Amino acid sequence: MGKMRTQSVRWRAAAVLASVLLVGGVAACGNSDTGGGGTKDDGKITMGFSQVGAESGWRTANTISIKEAAAAAGIELKFDDAQQKQENQIKAIRNYIQQKVDVIAFSPVVESGWDTVLKEAKDAGIPVILTDRSVDSADKSLYKTFLGSDFVKEGKLAGEWLVEQKKTASGPVNIVELQGSTGAAPANDRKKGFAEAIAANPNLKVIASQTGDFTRAGGKQVMEQFLKANPKIDVLFAHNDDMGLGALEAITAAGKVPGKDITIITIDAVKDGMQALADGKFNFIAECSPLLGPQLMDLAKKVKDGQEVPARIETQETTFTSEQAKEALPNRKY
Amino acid sequence: MNDTMSRYRTMIGHRLFWPAAVLFVMLAANTIYRPGFLSIELKDGHLYGTPIDILRLSAPLILVALGMTLVISTGGIDLSVGSLCAISGAIACMYISKQPDQNSLGVVVTALAMALGVSLVLGAWNGVLVAVIGIQPIIATLILMVAGRGLAQLITEGQIITINSEPYRAIGLGHALTLPLAIFIALAAALLVAAFTRRTALGMIIESVGGNAMASRLAGIRSGRVIFLVYVISAACAAVAGFMMTANVSSADGNAAGLWVELDAILAVVIGGTSLAGGRFFLSGTIIGALIIQTLTTTVYAMDISPQTSLLFKAVVVIAVCLIQAPAFRARFSRRRRNAPPPATIVDKPKEQVPA
Repeated sequence: MGKMRTQSVRWRAAAVLASVLLVGGVAACGNSDTGGGGTKDDGKITMGFSQVGAESGWRTANTISIKEAAAAAGIELKFDDAQQKQENQIKAIRNYIQQKVDVIAFSPVVESGWDTVLKEAKDAGIPVILTDRSVDSADKSLYKTFLGSDFVKEGKLAGEWLVEQKKTASGPVNIVELQGSTGAAPANDRKKGFAEAIAANPNLKVIASQTGDFTRAGGKQVMEQFLKANPKIDVLFAHNDDMGLGALEAITAAGKVPGKDITIITIDAVKDGMQALADGKFNFIAECSPLLGPQLMDLAKKVKDGQEVPARIETQETTFTSEQAKEALPNRKY
Repeated sequence: MNDTMSRYRTMIGHRLFWPAAVLFVMLAANTIYRPGFLSIELKDGHLYGTPIDILRLSAPLILVALGMTLVISTGGIDLSVGSLCAISGAIACMYISKQPDQNSLGVVVTALAMALGVSLVLGAWNGVLVAVIGIQPIIATLILMVAGRGLAQLITEGQIITINSEPYRAIGLGHALTLPLAIFIALAAALLVAAFTRRTALGMIIESVGGNAMASRLAGIRSGRVIFLVYVISAACAAVAGFMMTANVSSADGNAAGLWVELDAILAVVIGGTSLAGGRFFLSGTIIGALIIQTLTTTVYAMDISPQTSLLFKAVVVIAVCLIQAPAFRARFSRRRRNAPPPATIVDKPKEQVPA
């Protein structure tokens, strides 16, 4: 842009500065205050929690559950939103160490690179609990326990329900699968669990499996092609509710009735998914619950008292059929 | 004999020949893989089949790529279009979801007007950064690409907003004359842009600004205004594409709507023969480019290529398309085969000057 030469450099600098401030301002607004003085020793437990971010309804429900459970359990919670950045999370954990909180809990943004900061927490004598996601540290003594969903089990529960439903089927049952984002742990594990479960019946066959990137638009677009390429689809297994919801539209557009012509199984049990299940458009959902707050507070009390806890604890989860969804729907929080 | 030969030369010399040939080969390969690929049937009073899906799904990309074509032809680039899609969809869906009667036409029109208005303001922001303040386009639009997605999530409060509005749904899924409404909207936008750029002097002015902004200014063209204008047009195109994307699934997902569409759009523009250095543009090429990209995506699903290999498959096809499109590569390839330089291609397409 040669003609701009006449403009002063100051203007450009000011604009860049303004833009940086804008970006910084947007990024900063979810950050809660993690500063402040140390904790007094009055027997009350103080927990420092660093959340991944607020990227989905699931995550928001997770945050609310932790905040509510802390209030209910009388635990003082210092909450920090890491905005999907590991450095924010490390900074927050170091803050918690300085403030001498009783327990540190966090959902790691990524798996690796935690050894140093976890070592610092250990040296300070503060127990660490991982939630929802794990870390790949070789030294397992760096954290007390990992509380989170077992994705393989979720896939397995979905598969087992199908095996039970189709045990009388004499002919082949054609299954199509909508995978989550390629390479993501939930996608890999749910696929694995489901495949293991349906191996029990040789009639059950996955005839097509594609990624829908965990999104409605992705699920819909892939399902449209599945329907055109395969005249006989009996079952759809989607790795999350959203892809299933997208696929619903494709199935309806193809002139088929979701839930009847095609049995639909999904994982997650978010509100929109539960609504579809209650309406009979879905047939079965294996829950992946974000509501691990109460379990986390229990664990915090236990580790504070010096009790031994198992190294791996699964979130309490269930499965839903259409009837159960109708009952559970009015109280669904997310 | 000589006559057919020269006609053949003219045909392969045409800038749309190679993109069209690629599209044809892709459709043919799909048809060989599954003979029913191109079949279309009438269902519920409208056409139904994979080609219709490709048309409908490529409509948002065509829109975004149209705006991108104009921006690129001024020598710029607009990375913020994906975030703009998310913002416009989020505003429209959020407003509709808050209304008591979501099916009211008035509500939908208000929602669209609001979302479009905000998008135009954001487009103007890009335009001011580039044209008035003189920031490099890639940096100027990067700001909104990053911040815009955060903005979209602030609007939706991090949730997926589901709506139940028939008029809004029609933007993505409605039909007219048995064909998807979305493709008519994209086509109308394309005709509008073509009319404004090719029936008036605007297109030539844009190209001259892209060729050399300083020289154009000295020749009496207000380069700054033209550059500002193309970013606003690009934002408007992205906004309408955002409506289509969200209407397609009746929900706004601030996180996923329009994700990476800016890259697809740039690719469509390049495949269509528009130079990234600016100075010339081909709207029809861009449309074919967008169709190629959507056909490629659909091919992956239709052939059920495993997700692990599909990215590699796409990369190989894209590289092949870009090489075929490059006159220098074609010239070298045909020289090796025929052992003589083909005069037509080299004379037709002189090597472009990239301004330093």
